[in-house]
Amino acid sequence: MSAQEYAFTVLAVVGGLSAIAVVTARNVVHAALYLVVTLLSVGGVYLLLGAEFVAWVQILIYVGAIVILFLFGLMLTKAPIGRDTLDNQQRWLGALVGVGVFAGLVFLIQEAFPVQDAERFETFHATTDAVGESIFRNYVLPFEAVSFLLLAALIGAIVLARKDDAS
Amino acid sequence: MSDYYSSYGVVLAVLTAGALLVAVAFTTARLVAPNAPNREKLTTYECGIDPVGDGWSQSHVRYYVYGFLFVIFDVESVFLFPWARVLESIGYAAVVEMTIFIGILAVGLLYAWRKGVLRWA
Amino acid sequence: MDWVGWAILVVRVAIVFFGLLISVMLYIWMERKVIADMQTRVGPLRAGPRGVLITLADGIKLFFKEGITPTAADHPVYAVAPILAMFPGFLAFCVIPFGTSVTLFGREIPFQLADLNIGILWILAMTSLSVYGVVLAGWSSGSNYPLLGAVRSSAQMISYEVGMGLALVAVLMYSGTLRMSELIAAQDTVWNVIPQFPAFVVFLIGAIAETNRPPFDLAEAESELVAGFHTEYSGIKFAMFYLGEYVSTVTVAAVAVTLFLGGWRGWWPFDGAVAWIGPLLWFVLKITAVIYVLILVRATLPRMRYDRLMNFGWKVLIPFGLVWVMITGVVVVLPQEYGNRGRYIAGAVIVGAAALATLVAPLFSHRPASEAEPGGQPEGREVRA
Repeated sequence: MSAQEYAFTVLAVVGGLSAIAVVTARNVVHAALYLVVTLLSVGGVYLLLGAEFVAWVQILIYVGAIVILFLFGLMLTKAPIGRDTLDNQQRWLGALVGVGVFAGLVFLIQEAFPVQDAERFETFHATTDAVGESIFRNYVLPFEAVSFLLLAALIGAIVLARKDDAS
Repeated sequence: MSDYYSSYGVVLAVLTAGALLVAVAFTTARLVAPNAPNREKLTTYECGIDPVGDGWSQSHVRYYVYGFLFVIFDVESVFLFPWARVLESIGYAAVVEMTIFIGILAVGLLYAWRKGVLRWA
Repeated sequence: MDWVGWAILVVRVAIVFFGLLISVMLYIWMERKVIADMQTRVGPLRAGPRGVLITLADGIKLFFKEGITPTAADHPVYAVAPILAMFPGFLAFCVIPFGTSVTLFGREIPFQLADLNIGILWILAMTSLSVYGVVLAGWSSGSNYPLLGAVRSSAQMISYEVGMGLALVAVLMYSGTLRMSELIAAQDTVWNVIPQFPAFVVFLIGAIAETNRPPFDLAEAESELVAGFHTEYSGIKFAMFYLGEYVSTVTVAAVAVTLFLGGWRGWWPFDGAVAWIGPLLWFVLKITAVIYVLILVRATLPRMRYDRLMNFGWKVLIPFGLVWVMITGVVVVLPQEYGNRGRYIAGAVIVGAAALATLVAPLFSHRPASEAEPGGQPEGREVRA
């Protein structure tokens, strides 16, 4: 195995284990922290693939913003965190859906990106420039649509927050 | 490509060095610091007076709105990075594209502003 | 890589680590001395000549202090939080070039740990990770004031992070590169601080807020929150927070120097074997200057009130940053489209935008009556928001 493959194995094991820990953790804040580890290892995988920009965006947005938003959300809750009441007793259904999604993704990714073993780590080299060229030349309309999506989400959040206030 | 991996190797080395620093510091402290806990000492300090309640104060929803605004503007600034790189080669079309994007988000900020969620009362 | 390569790597990392630790030591001493001077006190005096070893003495003392973990605390998170608070500052420093390079054993050794392609993004990412130490410390303490302090200061940090990010983007647009070494190369005729002065100001304000320094040290407003998020910490864990805070301040100063003040560039008459000393000295000098300014700001300004802090962040800094990014975009593109004439158009655009901003600004200024000052006129429903 090459150094990259070793690194990938480590990242995959760490990411996978912490992903399991996310759903089994009793304490919601601990679950959020395991989620951080999982997201970091996903970022590490992007790095290994040479998608440097995507990797750091992953870390900046998901670890640096989304999980922080989760934590803020948790601090709004009334109950102290970490009670069993959070468990909704649907384990088997959850496991089934999880396995199904996993199998589906594996199948789709294998079909869509059939990569030979040898060049796995050298093929992509998604630089910031490449990402920029692709967004601002070829995918302008989706890019503008993103802003509407963000706007809608923001307005939704404000409406919810204010309703909560008035009650 | 090997340059790329080796520069991240250095980052990994810095991480290791940091871990080493933490390990040395914590071990030294464990060796030299006294450790004589008692029940009184282990109560929450808070502000010096015996704490009231269970140490969990629910925070106000306004913090959540700031968190949300942050996520949105963080996503926006992430788009700004590749945009800044290709700005010169694409020219003013890129400026127009980004002006529309930022304009729409600015409407969101303005909405939050006008709705008073940015006001601290 | 042969063993010499490994040895050089270890030495480089060690030098940067010790350099940062020593600079933190000197910086804390300098801060205490300058503030003492401004308050007509003498400041630290006993440890070492003119008290220069005071930080070392303090640090050693903290090793000998008992580390208390309150019963109400969430133990694993409580232990991890100070470590998370310490790392981002060190990591962010990885990409800072602190000199040119030196040739030893027949290899060229650059004075920079890692010249990543996405240097600026790396700095922003590390900044965003520094919120974790604060949030987790506050949450895991199981105590009211730390929790309140943590939520407050993390809200502050994420708000100012946006402004800081916009300033970074403006620099990136102007220089056209994310890589630190190229950024410094791009500043060989004129430092970025001149064409990008507004971005520099936004960056400095954002950086002060981001590192929780006065006047934005709401996290540890001792008159209201005891010591903020690290109230329950003691001993070596407290030392980690302290270290982390000051390392990030040094790093932030280094980023300011690299992005805006030409990095290690400066005048140096000697060539040859000692050519590397000059840039290093200039870098240290510039960092000291930036830190001196930060200390003066701390000594001069009173702490801001939290509502004003957030208002300033979202209603002034971020809109201004957005406008400045767009102006920079136009300025960068115009010469492309119109050749040299574009420069004049760019100048006209800036003047026009400034005039427009002056006209529009009063529309968003405070209406004194509706401002819900403590004890002021309440305004019905809005006040409850």
